[in-house]
Amino acid sequence: MKDSRDDILGRIRRRLGRSAENAAAGRTAIDAVLARRAQGPRPAPDADLVARFRDRSEALASTVEIVARLEAAPAAAVRYLAAHDLPRAAVAWPQLAGLDWAGAGLRVEARSANGDDLVGITGVFCAVAETGTLVLLSGPETPAASSLLPETHIAVVPASRIVRGMEEAFDLVRAECGELPRAVNFISGPSRTGDIEQTLVLGAHGPYRVHIVLLAAE
Amino acid sequence: MHFKARAAEAAADRALQAKLGTAKGLFVEGRKRAVAEIDLEATREASKAIRNTCIADLDLWLERFESEATKRGGQVLWARDGAEICRLVTEIARRHGVRKAIKSKSMLSEEAGLNAALEAAGVQPVETDLGEYILQINDNELPSHIIAPAIHKTREEVAELFERVHHRPRKTDIGEMTREAREMLRAHFLSAEMGISGGNFLVAETGSVALVTNEGNGRMVTTLPKVHVVITGVEKVIPTLEDLATLMRILPRSATGQTISNYFSVLTGVKRPEDTDGPEHLYFILVDNGRVDLVGSDFQDMLRCIRCAACMNHCPVYQTIGGHAYGWVYPGPMGSVLTPLFVGLENAIELPHAATLCNQCGVVCPVKIPLPDLMRKLREQQVERGLRPWGERAALKLWAWLARHPGLYALAAKLGVRYLNWLAEGGDRIRVLGLAPSWTAGRDFPAPEGKTFRELYSEKRK
Repeated sequence: MKDSRDDILGRIRRRLGRSAENAAAGRTAIDAVLARRAQGPRPAPDADLVARFRDRSEALASTVEIVARLEAAPAAAVRYLAAHDLPRAAVAWPQLAGLDWAGAGLRVEARSANGDDLVGITGVFCAVAETGTLVLLSGPETPAASSLLPETHIAVVPASRIVRGMEEAFDLVRAECGELPRAVNFISGPSRTGDIEQTLVLGAHGPYRVHIVLLAAE
Repeated sequence: MHFKARAAEAAADRALQAKLGTAKGLFVEGRKRAVAEIDLEATREASKAIRNTCIADLDLWLERFESEATKRGGQVLWARDGAEICRLVTEIARRHGVRKAIKSKSMLSEEAGLNAALEAAGVQPVETDLGEYILQINDNELPSHIIAPAIHKTREEVAELFERVHHRPRKTDIGEMTREAREMLRAHFLSAEMGISGGNFLVAETGSVALVTNEGNGRMVTTLPKVHVVITGVEKVIPTLEDLATLMRILPRSATGQTISNYFSVLTGVKRPEDTDGPEHLYFILVDNGRVDLVGSDFQDMLRCIRCAACMNHCPVYQTIGGHAYGWVYPGPMGSVLTPLFVGLENAIELPHAATLCNQCGVVCPVKIPLPDLMRKLREQQVERGLRPWGERAALKLWAWLARHPGLYALAAKLGVRYLNWLAEGGDRIRVLGLAPSWTAGRDFPAPEGKTFRELYSEKRK
């Protein structure tokens, strides 16, 4: 039996009229497309990216509190949990382990989340103003499960990491990481479904709540 | 049962009509609001160009994707048809000792009938999209919409089903029912050894798969198990991350009327050695199953499809009969084109006619697929291959013969008009058309007024 790969690619080549000469030209054209990285049409950028990010986040049913600096994040997290009568115990990204969570009255374990953890605290790699989207990269210090398994996700977002659109987010990943990490997760509000009678329900398989602690001076 | 019978049944189902009405309002209005935020025409044109770029050199783009994905630890496999998908997936399951596979929605898995194959191989498949889960626990019922698979179910039906299958007290609130499904599925998420997903796009630049979901199940399926299998059509490849950004401006807007879907993941390679989560093994199964034959054919435009479902959401026929009447995996206008091409023109004889050719689908399509033109081409092929019913063929032959004999044609037209006037009994409507009673089963036929065109024309010339 002919190998499926050869069969499929062979038939595509025949149908496209591929020859040795036009394959070389085609590969050059592909390299050019990949090098050019042309952007499509985009909405005009907002003058105030932070305000736009906040507006869009709230439109997606996330909540936002603005504090000045990273040191204020634990107290903000506790304020949110208290206001919503949520447990004062959380898992946080190892990257955020250095903050004084205990001092704010929150029991925090710096590890990835398992199925029983109710609150997950993460940072972000960056955030997208156009859509109010958090961008998280997987990694040992930034495990992906923390923003997924817990019922409540608290994300700490420095204002300086808010970029215009998805294009800038990808540029930033290329510039700072070189290679893409295993997962680039774009998160836009709490998980949701409309699968029963097209009725919107927040909290499908992922978090019911996404709270953003926006660091205005970071 | 054939399309016509199923369609008639669906059109008479009042409960279904109500559900389709609600969904239509949500999807159509939602899309309208969401596309107003962008330069829609420019974005459609750009999206079409991105998809065309890859299809024009599909072999080269696939080779590039394959080499980039392989470089990062993925294994790229190829499947000619559904049977080969099933064989590859069950082999992978066996290799890694998989007993349970969690699935994020994959239309190709529906094309292949993968769940049955997994069960036969001793692997428990668990659908995790809420809609797909509802259908799976209801005796593997078929989806009726590509992004809202259980659109035809009422909350009462789901409540009854959950009570029967979950053995828990009956819930009536949709939020509580959703929580119950979440709790049931959470255990599966945490215990499955394999995750199976579709792929919205394959990015050639980085060898990545892009996956869009709202529920978060797509992330679970691709984060928690040790094996991840991506099953996608060969046509899903796009060049760059910039192209992904462009398409992501139009896909959620066209599909659900969202500015952005809740979760959008770009997945590249396997778990890094120091990572705490992510799959250790990543397989891509790139599937033909009829797609390759569309390359370079009259139907190549169809390969641009990004499976958003806008065409069915806006289709007056879909809005009336729902998805099941279409008889296979893909309903609505895109299904009316794809199904005959994938399963054979002779096996889906009515589908290219399941349209009013009003071009709502063509107008909303985010990648500008001329769906009505493609349906018309399929109709032409049916005629060329002699697949239409003999009565229709005989009638057309008779008409063609008459049209070549002007004298006889004029006489027939004159007699026809007299006959129709006689049927109308002097009124302006015909209640029952003698020779084609089904035409007047649901409507009246207007009676001709006065003389034929030829009679009027010759009178005027005098």
